[in-house]
Amino acid sequence: MSELYKVSSNPHIRSGAVTSTLMLSVVLALLPAAGFGVYNFGPRALAVIGVSVGSTVLTEYLYGLLRNRKSGGGKKTTVTDLSAVVTGLLLALNMPVGIPLWMPVLGGVFAILVVKLLFGGLGQNFMNPALAARCLMLISFPAAMTAFDCDAYTGATPLAVLKEGGEVDVFRMAAGFTGGTIGETSMIALLAGACVLLFLGVIDLRIPGSYIVTFSLFVVLFGGHGADPAYLGAQLAGGGLMLGAFFMATDYVTRPITIRGQYVFGIVLGLLTGIFRIFGPGAEGVSYAIILGNLLVPLIEKYTMPVAFGHGKGGKRG
Amino acid sequence: MNRAAERLHNGIIKENPTLVLMLGMCPTLAVTTSAVNGLGMGLTTTVVLALSNLIISLLRGIIPSRVRIPAFIVIIASFVTSVQLMLEAYLPFLNKALGMYIPLIVVNCIILGRAESYAYSNPVLPSLFDGLGMGLGFTLSLTCIGALRELLGAGELFGFGILPDSFEPIRIFGQAPGAFFVLAGLVALQNYLKERKPKAGQKTGSGQKAGSGSCSGDCGSCGDGCSTRFYDDKASGTGKNGSAGDN
Repeated sequence: MSELYKVSSNPHIRSGAVTSTLMLSVVLALLPAAGFGVYNFGPRALAVIGVSVGSTVLTEYLYGLLRNRKSGGGKKTTVTDLSAVVTGLLLALNMPVGIPLWMPVLGGVFAILVVKLLFGGLGQNFMNPALAARCLMLISFPAAMTAFDCDAYTGATPLAVLKEGGEVDVFRMAAGFTGGTIGETSMIALLAGACVLLFLGVIDLRIPGSYIVTFSLFVVLFGGHGADPAYLGAQLAGGGLMLGAFFMATDYVTRPITIRGQYVFGIVLGLLTGIFRIFGPGAEGVSYAIILGNLLVPLIEKYTMPVAFGHGKGGKRG
Repeated sequence: MNRAAERLHNGIIKENPTLVLMLGMCPTLAVTTSAVNGLGMGLTTTVVLALSNLIISLLRGIIPSRVRIPAFIVIIASFVTSVQLMLEAYLPFLNKALGMYIPLIVVNCIILGRAESYAYSNPVLPSLFDGLGMGLGFTLSLTCIGALRELLGAGELFGFGILPDSFEPIRIFGQAPGAFFVLAGLVALQNYLKERKPKAGQKTGSGQKAGSGSCSGDCGSCGDGCSTRFYDDKASGTGKNGSAGDN
């Protein structure tokens, strides 16, 4: 070992990953679900997606212009990191196809301006902007946000049918030929996108895995149907569980950074979703579970922060 | 008379209790679901505030400094009780709408704050106008918040539907989160407007900050940790009276 190594300060290994490529991969991974939504619900779904993405991107762009006007020079816009596109796309996939087109605009402006930019921009938002906007709209426009009637399908979503004690066709649900929001219906399309992200290493299975396993256990224990595979399958394929677990709970900004914390986060989400779906008044609870989980992230991180090397057991954390 | 006008201006604009001092947040957030509720709450508080300031200022030579807070509370609670009885008798709908928040005016920190920081150490007439000014400032803010929430959350203003039917009410503004959104928006607007003023002054070369001696009185956007922050009359008041105690 007489060879002198090159001496430099860390980091020594640099990855080529930057925000825009990560965001681009998420957008690509969402395309199957979005494409299926357009195929399933017709061209109006495309209009909702376009309006939603347009409003988020425009909001981010205009805010950048306004904020940097006085300081002069420098990068004027953060649009190019593509995070606004992801937010807009996720927001659109979380809305029913028949929604009046000004509502996605309101949601997009709220998500970007209030939830993200006013708190300091990407990396500082304390909850998922798309989900915060979805919850704002669920509270503000309960009728329009749960009006899943459209040309293709009328009537309740499969989860609402389940809640009423009815029967649903799990295979139709998994393929996505049911009512619901634009992007949540097809479990297969969502999982295809999720596989891409897993393969690229953008996300890992810690949060989605612990989330889905916990939720499944909760349904088996408290769902009232025991380990009935049809009921469990319908609960897993129905609603926004797959969309939430793979694309929104794994958001880098609003998930815990510690590895143990990510498991805890997934378990908390699974429990909350189970409680909301089975004991709550509504049929769906993924959105509220995730934004509530987002608020718990600082606490989870505090208690799962690994002990620094050399400090021994129970020593200084972090 | 000049002093009275200055007190009114101070209460309504310069040290607006809601938007600048951020006092009395509990009724501000809870009852402003409509413009009428905001107006009612504001005016009720104004009456209590003006009268309690008046009485406390009259009694300021008699109340011993050590028991002044209980004495203030007794005076304030008496007025709140009488005001509530009058509301029950003459404006039962408002009494019902405001409910628990009427008795809670007793512990409204604006009232106790003005008693402690102004009325207890200042002459009667300025104290009365201080109470009126603060009360009107509170009323103005609450009515604005209530009007915006009612407009956005229900499409109405003072109970009249003024927006077309095609407007879909954004219901969240009628609920608790909406109160925070509107309050934050108004505080931001207030700060923005105040921030613009000193800049205009700087251009003409008059509004320069030069230590606490030539304070512009604009505590809302002033970064100095000066001793006269928020209660710029306290220093002069205690000097005059010498009995303001240890606040």
